[in-house]
Order: sequence, then C-alpha cells, then structure tokens
Amino acid sequence: MIKRPLTRNIQKGREPLSLKEYERAGGYQALRKALKMAPEEVTNLVKDSNLRGRGGAGFQTGKKWSFLPMGEDAPRPKYLVINSDEMEPGTFKDRFLLEGDPHQLIEGITISAYAIQADVAYIFLRWAYSPTADQLNRAIAEAHDSNYLGRNILGSEYSLRLHLHISLGRYMCGEETGLLNSLEGRRAIPRAKPPYPQVCGLWGKPTIVNNVETICNIPHIVNNGVEWFKGLSHTEDGGTKLYGISGRVKKPGLWELPMGTTIREILKEHAGGMLDGFKFRGVIPGGASTEFLTERHLDVRMDFEDVQKAGSRLGTGTMIILDDRTCPVGFVHNLEDFFARESCGW
Amino acid sequence: MMLTEEEKEDIEVELQRYKFKRAACIEALRIVQQHRGWVSDQNIKDTAEFLEMTPDEVDSVATFYNLIYKKPVGKHVILICNSISCWVTGYDLIYEHLKARLGIDLGETSSDGLFTLLPVACLGACDHAPAMMIDKELYVDLNPQKIDEILKEYRERT
Repeated sequence: MIKRPLTRNIQKGREPLSLKEYERAGGYQALRKALKMAPEEVTNLVKDSNLRGRGGAGFQTGKKWSFLPMGEDAPRPKYLVINSDEMEPGTFKDRFLLEGDPHQLIEGITISAYAIQADVAYIFLRWAYSPTADQLNRAIAEAHDSNYLGRNILGSEYSLRLHLHISLGRYMCGEETGLLNSLEGRRAIPRAKPPYPQVCGLWGKPTIVNNVETICNIPHIVNNGVEWFKGLSHTEDGGTKLYGISGRVKKPGLWELPMGTTIREILKEHAGGMLDGFKFRGVIPGGASTEFLTERHLDVRMDFEDVQKAGSRLGTGTMIILDDRTCPVGFVHNLEDFFARESCGW
Repeated sequence: MMLTEEEKEDIEVELQRYKFKRAACIEALRIVQQHRGWVSDQNIKDTAEFLEMTPDEVDSVATFYNLIYKKPVGKHVILICNSISCWVTGYDLIYEHLKARLGIDLGETSSDGLFTLLPVACLGACDHAPAMMIDKELYVDLNPQKIDEILKEYRERT
C-alpha cells in the first residue's frame, strides 16, 4: 500500500504531472468513485477517517463539513475556499503541494465540493506563490476540458466552477474570516464569530474554508478507505503529515512522514542533525505562533494531541530550530516584530 | 489620467469571477499597478468610479495590502525576507550587503531608478533561507557573492 500518498507524484526539479500523466498514475479515480456515492457518505467517510485540518488549528475536517446546511432548502450558492495563503513564518509545505501536484489538489477540491454540494470554489493563493499561478491555471483548464470541473461533471448532476484568486499579501488573510473579507475585496480583517462561515461566509452564504494539505488528503481517503488512512499514522490522528525544518541544520527540507513521527527522528534522520559547530537549543514546532519546545521534548510525537500535551501546538508542522549561537531574545523579538506589523494591517 | 481601455478590459475579465463588482477591487489595483508601476490617488479615484465604489473604500484596500505601492518604485522591486528562518540564517548580512551595494535603505529607490528595496514577510522558502524576491523571481540560499551576481545580471539586462 501507498505510504506517502501526498507526495508520491512529486519529484524535485521535475515538472508536475500533466493531466494525462496524473490519470495514468490513478488520478481522478477517486472522483469517479465519490460521484457514485451520496454527498453525505463522502462527508461521513472523511469524518470517520479523523482527518484533522492541516492549516494549524487541527479541527476535524468531516465535522466542519457537517455544519454546512444541506438539502434543497440550503441557501445558495455555497462556496468552498482553499486557503493557500501560506504566510506563517517558517512554513513552506503547501507550496510543495501546489507546485508539485496541482491535479491532486483539483481532484481534492472537486470531491470536497461535491460532498458539501458547493457551487463555486476559490483557491486563495498568496502573491509570493504567483509563479505557480500559471501552472495552476493550466491544470484547472485541463481539468475543465476533461469535465472534472464545470457543468455536469463526468455525466453526473453535479456542477462546479473553480477560480484562482491571487492575494496581495497580509498575514491576516490566512485567518479564515479575514480571508473571506479579502476575497470580497475588502481589508482582511477577521469577522466576529458566530455566525460561523459554514452558515454565513462568503457574501453571507454557507462557506467551507480548508487548507491545501487537508484537501490533498481527500482523494486518497476516498480511494483507499478509512482503515488505510488511520494505519498510515503512528497515533490517533490519522494520515501522514508534511514536516519541515529550517534553521541551522545540515539538510533543511520537507518530508511526508507518518503523523506522530518524533521531533528527534525528523531532526536527526531527515534533517541530518545540527550543522557542525551548532547545538540544538529549542524548536518552535509549527510556525511563529507556536510555543518553544526544548531538548527534553525531543521524543514528543508530532501530532495534535502530543504536542499540545507538551505545552505547544503542532500548528503547520514546519519547525524552526533555535541554535546555541542565535540569541533567543532576538529570535522572539523577530517574531513579535512580525506580529506587530502583520496582525492588524494598519 | 483615466483608466485606459486596456486596463478596463483586464478588469472586466476579473469581474466575471465574482458576484459583486467590489470583489474585483484587489485585482483591479494589481492591474493598474502592472500598467503604471504604482497606484496614485487619481488612479484610486478612477478605479473606484469604474467599480462603483467610493475612493475611500478603494484606498482602504490599497493601503492595507503589502504589494500595492502608493509611491513610485524603481524598475525592479527587491523584497527581502526578514522573517524568522531568514533572520536565523543570515538576514543581517544580506541586508547590510544590499544596502551597501545599492546605496539605499529599506523603502528607498536607488539613484539610477533601477531598484527599490522593501522588507517582506516570510516567502515560504525557509528550507533555502535566506531568501528574497526581485519582481516575481525568487532567489534563495543567498550570500553576498550570490547577491553581487544577481544584481549584475539585472544591471546588464537594462
């Protein structure tokens, strides 16, 4: 069975798979399967898989979907918005998926949109990733031509329009209600909750906002089932996780590993340990807004539960290492400076 | 100067993606900037008129987002990342070097009008920090020597 579903089609330095190549690799089979299921069945499958949001908060994806009004009386149009505004300092995981396998994302979008019966989907892409935009637009056009998007997808009753929106940069765009304001052409200022976007989101209509990595998991769950997905993980939180490391290590990078891999394993085996002459002093496990962990936490399993028990948060799973030759006060000052500049936007 | 026909056409294309005209205001500002290099108060007024918004509404958007320039910029804009991974791996060195080579500080434009230097939040290239972008091009694993080569390339291009 596949161990690393999200990155199996991605090879560094190679163009992403074209539609034909993606199909040959088994692509869009999950969509065919999903369209034969009832929308609620797809949602239940995702719920049973215990897939938790990979944007940082870790909310159960299936549960989030189930809050959306369904049936003929539901307000329309309904929206699915893909949060690709990866702006958490130290985070570079969604870029890898966007650049590496755009059709995986599009297939995930179509299946997820079908599950919640969305009429329109948006990919909200940050400006810094705009070189990817051409590639994404090409993939969207290919998917359209083959009727994986558009009217009556693959002969079904279901139709979906997908648009790409390129943002102009602000950290607050990553917060889901700030993102919705931005998509409406306003300042990305978060909205008061409730009402939640599931009920009153984009232009006041029911809306689901999901992260790129979250959505890329969906085709694989549909294809291979709940038990397989749970089996990928070392812990209760199902699936794999894209982990990254930056800082003074030998091989900074990004790896898809079982959810719950320990910090020690990621740091030593994958990142090659600290650079010669540098010692490990601490780590922020998942972006600038997560708390420091130290040497005694190296055996903490990187999943939502265990990192929280250790006093921090998994966040995005892309770790930033503090070494013994970097001033911790300066480190924190840099983070605070970022938040001061970005949190309000004026 | 009013919006050109070309600008209007480009904005019309974006309008099709949204339910309301104002939703295209971020794209409209990007389009105007693409054509003119930056966005003046008059451009804000014209964009507002075209989208049936007030100038204040468009201005509130233009002043919020990092990448709308309300002042003229150089031919190329250098966006240097000063977020945490780049800071740990040598932002200071890169910044000092750029400052010396260009003879300008953050927010300024070189006397030949070629480069404007601006700070930017995390570019999502942390495994290859320090990083910067020039216009739409990403440059990673930076060091002073590499920066000299990059600047030389841009100077020769013009």
